[in-house]
Parts: sequence; C-alpha cells; structure tokens
Amino acid sequence: MIAAVLALRDVRRRYSDGYALDVPSLDVFAGEILGVIGPNGSGKSTLLRILGLLERPDAGQVIVGGRAVDARDALAERRRMATVFQEPLLADASVADNAGLGLRFRGVPAAEAAPRVARWLERLGVAALAGRAARTLSGGEAQRVALARALVLEPEVLLLDEPFSGLDAPTRAALVTDLGAILRADRVTTVLVTHERGEAQALADRVAVLMDGRLRQLDDTARVFYAPVSEEVARFVGVETLVAGRVLGREAGVTAVEVGGRVLEVAAVAAAGARVRVGIRPEDVTLTVAEGARVASSARNALDGTVTRVSASTHATHVLVDVGFPLVAAVTARSVNELGLRPGARVRAVFKASAAHLIPA
Amino acid sequence: MDLLAAGVREALRLLVSGDAEVVAILLLSLQVSGAATLISLVLGIPAGAALALLRFPGRTLVVSAVNAGMGLPPVVVGLFVTLLLWRSGPLGAWEILYTPAAIVLAQAVIAAPIVMGITLAAVQNVPEKFRLQLLALGASRTQMVGVVLREARLPMLAAVMAGFGGIISEIGASMMVGGNIKGQTRTLTTAMVLETGKGNFEVAIALSLLLLVLVFGVNWALTAIQQRRVW
Repeated sequence: MIAAVLALRDVRRRYSDGYALDVPSLDVFAGEILGVIGPNGSGKSTLLRILGLLERPDAGQVIVGGRAVDARDALAERRRMATVFQEPLLADASVADNAGLGLRFRGVPAAEAAPRVARWLERLGVAALAGRAARTLSGGEAQRVALARALVLEPEVLLLDEPFSGLDAPTRAALVTDLGAILRADRVTTVLVTHERGEAQALADRVAVLMDGRLRQLDDTARVFYAPVSEEVARFVGVETLVAGRVLGREAGVTAVEVGGRVLEVAAVAAAGARVRVGIRPEDVTLTVAEGARVASSARNALDGTVTRVSASTHATHVLVDVGFPLVAAVTARSVNELGLRPGARVRAVFKASAAHLIPA
Repeated sequence: MDLLAAGVREALRLLVSGDAEVVAILLLSLQVSGAATLISLVLGIPAGAALALLRFPGRTLVVSAVNAGMGLPPVVVGLFVTLLLWRSGPLGAWEILYTPAAIVLAQAVIAAPIVMGITLAAVQNVPEKFRLQLLALGASRTQMVGVVLREARLPMLAAVMAGFGGIISEIGASMMVGGNIKGQTRTLTTAMVLETGKGNFEVAIALSLLLLVLVFGVNWALTAIQQRRVW
C-alpha cells in the first residue's frame, strides 16, 4: 500500500446554515490527478480549503506526508502545497513579480527565483507578458499567470478550485489541454475541484463525487463515468437514460433485462429477478434509419422507436426516442439533418451491451 | 483692495529676501507637522491594518470611534493634551508643555485617527479572497499583511496627505499646547493669528501664502507618486 501524500480522516465541517461536510476518508496519492466533482454548493471548495490547510475542520484530521497537522500552526506544511482558485487575483505588480510571489514568501533569493519564474511563464505560454502590469491581463492570461505562480513552487500537491470556470469556452479548452500536458509530463500530484464533469473526465485519473457534503463515489475516472453507483451520481456524470428494469436471467455471457416491454442485452452481471435501474450515456447510443436491413454491428441492442424531442445544446444535439421507454441519444447536427430527426420520425437506436450499466434499484 | 495688494507685495518681498523670522517659522512648522505625521503613520497604519483584518467582539464600536476620531476638533485635543502635560498633570514630569514636542504630541493625536481610518478603509478594500490566495501561496500572516498593505498603498497615500494637511493647517492645539512663543513654538498658523491681530497684514499674508504653497507642494508630490503608480 502506497502512503498518501495528503489525506483526510473523519473530517467534518459544519456551517450555521445547516450545510455540512462529512468525509470519513480521502487519500491523495503521489503523481495522481484526483478530480472532485459535484454540483454547486456540495462542499467541494470547503474540502479543498481544508486539504490546503486554509480552513480548519470542526473534527477530524488533515494528514500531510503521514503526519496530522493543525491548520492554525502549519506554515511549513502549507508551503508544501499551492492552490489556484477560480478567480486569479493578482497583486498590483508586474506579471513576473506576481509569478515569483510564493518563492519570495519562501525566502528564495531573487537571482535563483528569476530563471524559475521565467521557465514557468514560458511553459504556460505567457512569457511574453512577463513585464506587463498584472492588472492589464485578460481573464485567460491572468489564470495562466496564477497557475505559473503556483507551479513554480513545485508543490507536493497542487490544489485547483474551479480554475477554468471563469473563462470563455475556447480559452478554457486551450488551458485544459495545456495544463493537462504539464501535469502529466511532470506527474504533478493534483486535486482538481470542478462542477464541470468534462474537465474531470479529461484530466483526472480518479474521481470523487461529492454531493451534499458527502462522498458518493470515489473510483477510477472511467468507473465513475461508466459505472456510477447510484442514480444521483449517474445523473451528475451525464447518464441521461435511467429507466427501471427487471433482470430476466443470464445466458451466453449477457444479462437479459426487461425494460418497458423490451428486452435489453447487458454486459453487467446481475441476479435473475433483481429490480435494477438501467443507465445509458447518450453518446453511447447511435441512431440510424429504422427501415432496411439489420445494421452489421457488434452492438447487441437495436430498438426501433419514435423521436419525441430534439434539443440542441452547445456540444451536441440530444434526441429523445420512445422505444418503449425514453432513451436519449447524442447526435451531431449533421445527423439531425441526414436522418430527418424531428418529433414523430421513426428511427432505430443502437447501443452495445457494454454501454448499458445496471444500478441496484 | 490697496491693503491686499500692498500686503501681497510686502509678502513677496519678505519671502524673496528670506526673512529670518519667517524662515524659522516655516521650518518649525514643517518639522513639527512632519514629525507628527510620521508618528501618526507609525501608529495608525499597523492599528488600521489590524482593525481591518481582525474580528473581535466590539469591533464595530472601535471602528466607529476611529471614524469619529477622524473629525476630532483640534481645540479639544489641545485642551486635553494641555491637561495631560500640565505641571501637576499625569505627564507633567516630562516638562514639555509650551515646547515643540507638545505640539508634535497634540498633532499626532489629531492625525493618528485620520491615518488609521483611511488605512482601515484601504485595507478592507483589498478582497478577502486575495488574502486567502496569498496564504495558499505560502505567505505567513506577516507576509500576507505586508502584501495587502502594498496593494493598498495608493489609497494609503491619501492617508498621508489628509494627515499632514490636517495638522499643518490646524491652530487650536498648536496655540494651546505650544503657546505661540516667538522663536520657540511659533508656527505658521499661530503666527498668522498673531500678526493679523496686530494689524501686520502683509506678514500674515506672506505666511498664508507660504502655508498654501506648502500644503499644495506636499500634496502635489504625493499625488504625482500616486498617479504615476511607479512602484
């Protein structure tokens, strides 16, 4: 068992408005990127502040490098970490001065700090701004400087609190890519708090789902997204089809589940007769024309149905199909045209046995 | 109108010729008010910053007292400092009543709440989230306060201007605790009252011009720093 670089044990934090955080155990291992996702107000930021020794829990321990520490008297431990927040608040000084702030706090001589600062501004793509006044930067530039001033400290744990939330979509996408590359190349131990599940999916090795102050699931990223443990978690990680079903039995390596009068073939194992919820991610469902020959495909499930709703969003168009139960598919704008997807249209929905996930009802 | 014109002419002559008494009065005023401003900064900045950053019961009351103190009438300060420094008073043993030191003391008492109040407002204006971010970068409490004060440096220059401007031009306290003794505790403002009373308008005008130029000059220099935002 590898020792955690940072851990929480029986941590509780209560606020007067009734909101509470309750985390029996959480470990952050060296070199991993741990995503903490959850809706707004679920306690993610509080959790991160407690991890960063910026706030004391009412009960429980924060363990840094195997030793329990008290946030009131933990300057040395606090200096082993660095946090970047949603809003990059920079000091009224030059970009380079801002990036060197943490090194100055640690008493690193200016001659030694300058090349380190220059290198990190370079890695974050803001070297050209070094001499600029920090207050004149755009939001994206400022966040890159804020990341540089944290990364230049080479923290044992980098804590990120919604670092991309304040940015517009193209800026955010570029920063997620650049930061991901840096974190992986340097194997920076990172805790990333975000309400955008896509960011966690893109960056995290493991994901913790926090809801109402409690950890609902903590597992490898793929497991959380493709095998959520509860309906609530499933909804939050983007499983849009969630329907009640009954397990008929298992045969030839697949489980037959009856849902809304249709029989689905599901890869997951479950006992015959069990009541379950079947979860399917919209991007795992393909729509084709209903008529014609069977589509040659490894997909086990092909259900004909009628389109009941088409809703376009920024990323993809979601199509609700009645196949005996409501099934959501994500399609491209091109498919909407080519297949003539509109309410009333007949389509065939296809998905693999492995795309359907069973949650105990 | 002749009186004014003649007064200005005579005033300019006095200034240009560098009249010994006028120069002495000017220097004393500068020294006394400069020293008092320094003392008020040394006391007022840490106290104002502490008041901005700390939370304790009764804090609102203290903040209100400081804000009220920004408008402390110099005559009232003069009275109480006189009583303090009176031979039989609590600080009578210092024997500084009717010396420049007494004026420095009284003026520091007037300026300190001004400096404190403006510092308090300036530091409070620095977002709490910014302080959290400094701590998250590994700042000690002291380092955090240092950076926050540096962030508030522009509004705090206003504290220097307001403090100095308030006491260089006050008269009540200087008169009461200094006594307007020629060659010892005669300042620009007390001299002006005296000369006006004696009918020496040209001297009074000369002194008032000096005072105006002085106040303007100091504020101009500080404003230049503030607006250029060089450091």
